[in-house]
Amino acid sequence: MTLSRRRTAALAVAAVILGGVSGCGGSGDGQDKQGGGDAQAPSRFSVALTEPDHLTPGNTSSSYSIAVLDTIFDTPVYIDADGKPQMRAAESVTSSDQKVWTIKIKQGQKFSNGEPVTAESFADSWNASAYGPNGWTNNYYFGNIEGYDALNPEEGQPTTDKLSGLKVVDSNTLEVTLTGAFSQFPITLAYIAFAPMPKAAFKDLKAYDQAPIGNGPFELDGAWQHNKQIAVKKSAAYAGERAAQSDGVDFKIYASRDTAYTDLRAGKVDLLTTIPPASAPEAKKLLGDRFVSTAGGTMDYLGFPTFDKRFANADLRKAVSMAIDRQAIVDAVFNGAFKPMSSLVAPLVPGYREGACGESCAYDPAKAKQLFDKAGGFSGTLNLYFSNADPSYEQWMTAVANQLKQNLGIQDIKFRKIPASDYLTTLRERKEDGPFRQNWVMDYPSPQNYLEYMWGEGNRMGWENKQFNDLVKQANEAASVEASLPLYQQAEDIALAEMPLIPLWNWQDQSGYTKRLGNVKLTAYTNNLYTITVDRQ
Amino acid sequence: MRYAVQRLIQAVPVFVVTTFLIYTMVFALPGDPILALAGDKPVPEQVLDVMRERYHLNDPLLVQYGHYMLGVFRGDLGETFTGQPVSELLQDRWAVTAQLAVTAWIFELVVGIGLGVLAGLRRGGVADTAVLAGTTFVIAVPVFVVGYTAQILFGLNLGLFPTAGTDEGWPVSYLLPGMVLGSFGLAYVARLTRTSLVENLRADYVRTATAKGLRRGRIIGLHALRNSLIPVVTYLGIDFGNLMAGAVVTEGIFNLPGIGQQVFQSIQLQEGPVVVGVVTLLVMIFIVANLVVDLLYGVLDPRIRRA
Repeated sequence: MTLSRRRTAALAVAAVILGGVSGCGGSGDGQDKQGGGDAQAPSRFSVALTEPDHLTPGNTSSSYSIAVLDTIFDTPVYIDADGKPQMRAAESVTSSDQKVWTIKIKQGQKFSNGEPVTAESFADSWNASAYGPNGWTNNYYFGNIEGYDALNPEEGQPTTDKLSGLKVVDSNTLEVTLTGAFSQFPITLAYIAFAPMPKAAFKDLKAYDQAPIGNGPFELDGAWQHNKQIAVKKSAAYAGERAAQSDGVDFKIYASRDTAYTDLRAGKVDLLTTIPPASAPEAKKLLGDRFVSTAGGTMDYLGFPTFDKRFANADLRKAVSMAIDRQAIVDAVFNGAFKPMSSLVAPLVPGYREGACGESCAYDPAKAKQLFDKAGGFSGTLNLYFSNADPSYEQWMTAVANQLKQNLGIQDIKFRKIPASDYLTTLRERKEDGPFRQNWVMDYPSPQNYLEYMWGEGNRMGWENKQFNDLVKQANEAASVEASLPLYQQAEDIALAEMPLIPLWNWQDQSGYTKRLGNVKLTAYTNNLYTITVDRQ
Repeated sequence: MRYAVQRLIQAVPVFVVTTFLIYTMVFALPGDPILALAGDKPVPEQVLDVMRERYHLNDPLLVQYGHYMLGVFRGDLGETFTGQPVSELLQDRWAVTAQLAVTAWIFELVVGIGLGVLAGLRRGGVADTAVLAGTTFVIAVPVFVVGYTAQILFGLNLGLFPTAGTDEGWPVSYLLPGMVLGSFGLAYVARLTRTSLVENLRADYVRTATAKGLRRGRIIGLHALRNSLIPVVTYLGIDFGNLMAGAVVTEGIFNLPGIGQQVFQSIQLQEGPVVVGVVTLLVMIFIVANLVVDLLYGVLDPRIRRA
């Protein structure tokens, strides 16, 4: 009896060992193909992150969520380091009239749960995002696909949950009909909202948000530990071009950037993409080549309530622009890390022209004062609006206020520092009676992403210009991206001549990593975590 | 026993009034939390409506509060704007804060009383002066200065403690933040103990005991110290509640995902259910801590028990 029990136990142990060995062999083979390392300790590395809001591609525009989703999803298109769209999950995106688009999906791709990636996976995902009652953040990205209105009626519940403009032709062909011609459509497909979702997701969307299944080089490894960590591991099902060079990534969640930076210095976290500007000079010295500064697509602006008579004169708005010494503020507040701008779009956007703004954005106090007086000057209190979301807002607004005092002689300047949760409501309801901070985080590198959303119809400044709107519309309908750029530039010129929104500076992302990491290729669009190798020493 | 039950029953109205007050305050905050969630991006009106509907934000205050209380009685504390259940969130975060608070509290208790006794017995001596000067310094310097300095010095440069996070579990990960958090209270405890002990050592009963020929250790340990601890215990009791609630800065510096961080974020986001849930629990902890303090009085001073 005892003997037989022992035997059984021995057999069980042997079985476990054998199973373990064969399991190891399998994963070892995989590593040898992709990473070329020995199969001892797994080669994982950690990335500092702030807690994401959601992990469903259609329901988040947070850069922290996107940092994670970028590793577990392949979007149809991606943007290369030069800002050009390239195919990823899609084989081709074509159209003859810029209105009806045919997307061919690469064959043989799989989700990490083994489901094949088909045209339907994309249609399902996009329909869910566009469906109003889901209340997903990226809903508005689908507003130019036919049938959007039916999914988002003014009153009551929609009668359908499918966009009429999405047609699954066959398993690898998706036909998209837009409400109008839109030459930038392929570029928008690089945005995370256009990632596919497997059938398994729709059984329980709430559970999917906590544990998304994607078609990318990594898959989720264990549950999302809120406010602590999100772990991903190399996906065995992945057959695309972004094969992971490491076994996995641990996204460690930090509530404070300063703490994350301290942990980077202590070697507790391997990659930090948000080194606080104040620490940038020190990080540069400390990390040397492992400190990377990339120009991002984020811009700061100063907007005018043009519906207020006192700001209705374009010359006055230009005078304010010329009275601001952008370089001095960038040096003092951001340690020289940001770039003063003389254009409405960020430098990495195709169609960007350095100095597009000309003398209107050049610091010239004498001319500014002249123009200011010519425009009739300014009487009363000048209120400057910004939110309390970050202390740097008040710092640079203080500098702006001092320069306006000195250079234009406006004596009575007051700050209107508004709680972050109330700031957008204030602007939306047009309660502001003075210049306000405006910020834009680029979604995809097209001038349209800046011009249409910020200067287009219903903009915050209350600025209206038919010529501008017509030019943007023409550019959207142009035959190609190349053909659209000159038209966007003409529109930009009008917005600069009228200056309802003053461009200030372009953000730079400061990143740093530890000695353990190799082949780090950060761009403005993605951290390319899949390329990173880990030195096990 | 009856006393304890009575005190607990008193807590019920306190619970109702607090939840309502907090709910009203969050409700009264200006702005639109749903709109703020979207940041600078445009949000279609329909999506906003769906979200407002989901969180009952279109309803008047009393209806919203009613929805919340109904949920509470069904054991549902509501959910955050990102769809995480508040009860789950509290569970995760509560553990972190409790571990931090207990670490800080033990530190206050042991080191604080120790230093206080040391200083009180050698009044005017070197130890006394050193304790007085040291505690003045700790009380004067803001906690974030102490926190960052300790983190850089002991965590980063000397490598004695982990710099941040909870990776290494209790107690290792919580030692440094616990000491930072407890340093302020420690200074008070040391000073209270010292003053109280000095007073008691001058009292008649100590002189009588000395005259009777009792050993000095027994006089101090059993008689003087026991009487001196009454104000200290009061302080330690209240401070336990403070430690649970007041760790916003420390949790931020050391990246401990606890209650303090959560309250701060949720107030900014105007997440009513989270703020109410957390604050109510804190109120309960205060009530219980105070009850324990009152019961302890009886142990320390039998006159209170019999009165």
